[in-house]
Amino acid sequence: MERYDLIVVGGGPAGLSAALSARRAGVRDILILERDSELGGILNQCIHSGFGLHTFQEELTGPEYAARYVSQVQQLGIPCRTNTMVLDLSLTASGEKLVTAMNRREGLLSFTARSVVLAMGCRERPRGALNLPGYRPAGIYTAGTAQRLVNMEGFLPGREVVILGSGDIGLIMARRMTLEGARVKAVAELMPYSGGLQRNIVQCLEDFGIPLLLSHTVVDIRGKDRVTGVTLAEVDDGRRPIPGTEEEISCDTLLISCGLLPENELSDKLGVALSPITGGPIVNESLETNVPGVFACGNVLHVHDLVDYVSEEAGRAGACAAAYAARTASSDRDPQAFAEEISLTLRPEGGIRYTVPQTVRPAHMEEALLVRYRVGAVWTDCTVSVWLGDVCIMKQKKKKVTPGEMQQFFLKKEALSAAGASGDIIVRLEKENHGSP
Amino acid sequence: MEVRKLICINCPLGCPLTVTLEEGEVVSVVGNTCPRGESYGRKEVSAPTRTLTSIVRVRNGHLPVVSVKTSADIPKGKIGSVMDAVHRIDADAPIAIGQVLLKDAAGTGADIVATKAIQRV
Repeated sequence: MERYDLIVVGGGPAGLSAALSARRAGVRDILILERDSELGGILNQCIHSGFGLHTFQEELTGPEYAARYVSQVQQLGIPCRTNTMVLDLSLTASGEKLVTAMNRREGLLSFTARSVVLAMGCRERPRGALNLPGYRPAGIYTAGTAQRLVNMEGFLPGREVVILGSGDIGLIMARRMTLEGARVKAVAELMPYSGGLQRNIVQCLEDFGIPLLLSHTVVDIRGKDRVTGVTLAEVDDGRRPIPGTEEEISCDTLLISCGLLPENELSDKLGVALSPITGGPIVNESLETNVPGVFACGNVLHVHDLVDYVSEEAGRAGACAAAYAARTASSDRDPQAFAEEISLTLRPEGGIRYTVPQTVRPAHMEEALLVRYRVGAVWTDCTVSVWLGDVCIMKQKKKKVTPGEMQQFFLKKEALSAAGASGDIIVRLEKENHGSP
Repeated sequence: MEVRKLICINCPLGCPLTVTLEEGEVVSVVGNTCPRGESYGRKEVSAPTRTLTSIVRVRNGHLPVVSVKTSADIPKGKIGSVMDAVHRIDADAPIAIGQVLLKDAAGTGADIVATKAIQRV
């Protein structure tokens, strides 16, 4: 059986960045496992530009951004197995990680690793998860599937298109399909606001005169063999269709861009505790899950807006995995011992939906720990504050926060110790001018 | 005096810009958080431009298409004619990342450049 210090599951932006930073931190034996035929993950089909402004201070397309990381991985000689699907993750009796994978060339494979980085990314919420009424004809695709067909396989999946959901992939595909000669008749969004970035509404919809119908949804899909049309209706505050607002639109294709779900079947089988809110593992300040030596980063941890943030986060996960691998290699110390240390829980309150990480061990945190969070609704003129008991250790004013845009703050180690860290760390979003809790 | 409200599209921050014009001349751009926002605001109200990305068919490649971009921003009104030019490109693998597949697309001065390496198979 092949043994590694670190196995990275997934060769997309998160996996590549984690592997690179682990190698730079001194880990020799690293293996990247990727199920697609090439590294780079979803970036390969994201041919639009807008990537890399933070990481490289220039605007790159997805394939260009991926190529920069792939070439570094190749230069450092980090081994990768592509076309290789990880089937199972489990623990050996000694606490090592057993990785079972398969590919066409070698058949069933087993590896052990001191440490594992989960970087499997996410997948799209499919039609079946949306309870859309109507027939089940051909011509219904998730936006990302259509993106792969158009941008990598050279097929145009339809000529007359309606898009349900205004996530970024849906907006980007509205433009792509238009440029390739299809007619995008409308983008319908259930919520009263778009889940996508403002810039994409401008350059993907407004530039091409594509209407964005907020508070609208699909109430019927027609067509027996192929989609012939959909019925849209306006929805009320409770997101129920309003009778009398139905509008029939003829089309041959329905694209669905209704959110992304972290892909954690493997994590779950390994016994990794998952958050019901993010759909990803619950992690501490080192991006380590409840299973010692198993780290998570990128969209498998929580869905990000920007790949630059994925790369940064994955870099930290890789460095922490490297430290873990070195620790277990150099001593017989029971890795479980770390579980005994003081750990504080970050508790979201008010408008905050979640934070990542969810727990912090002050003894292990950096001087300033980056905490990312999302809000549950659109808030204007509000305040984000962080509390330890009744001591406020941080306060930020925000003009506007939306669920579609990830927010962040730095948690200072010295602020935690000054406040005498114990109990929960409360992260709260509220309208301005509120007092202490 | 004319006031135009825009969203800057230079980066995912999407800063809300307010551009004030007097007799067609930009007198102020506010709301931007970097210099790129100011120049976007000025250009967007007079001569808007976009980076165009698309794909080009490839013969003998490990993929049937290669992703491409314009080497510089092109006038927004030229997007259609540049797409026509992109569709007419005939490319053969191997293709290197950064390789120019078409010079001066539709008279815009911008080249069509590959954004991915395609191996010959």
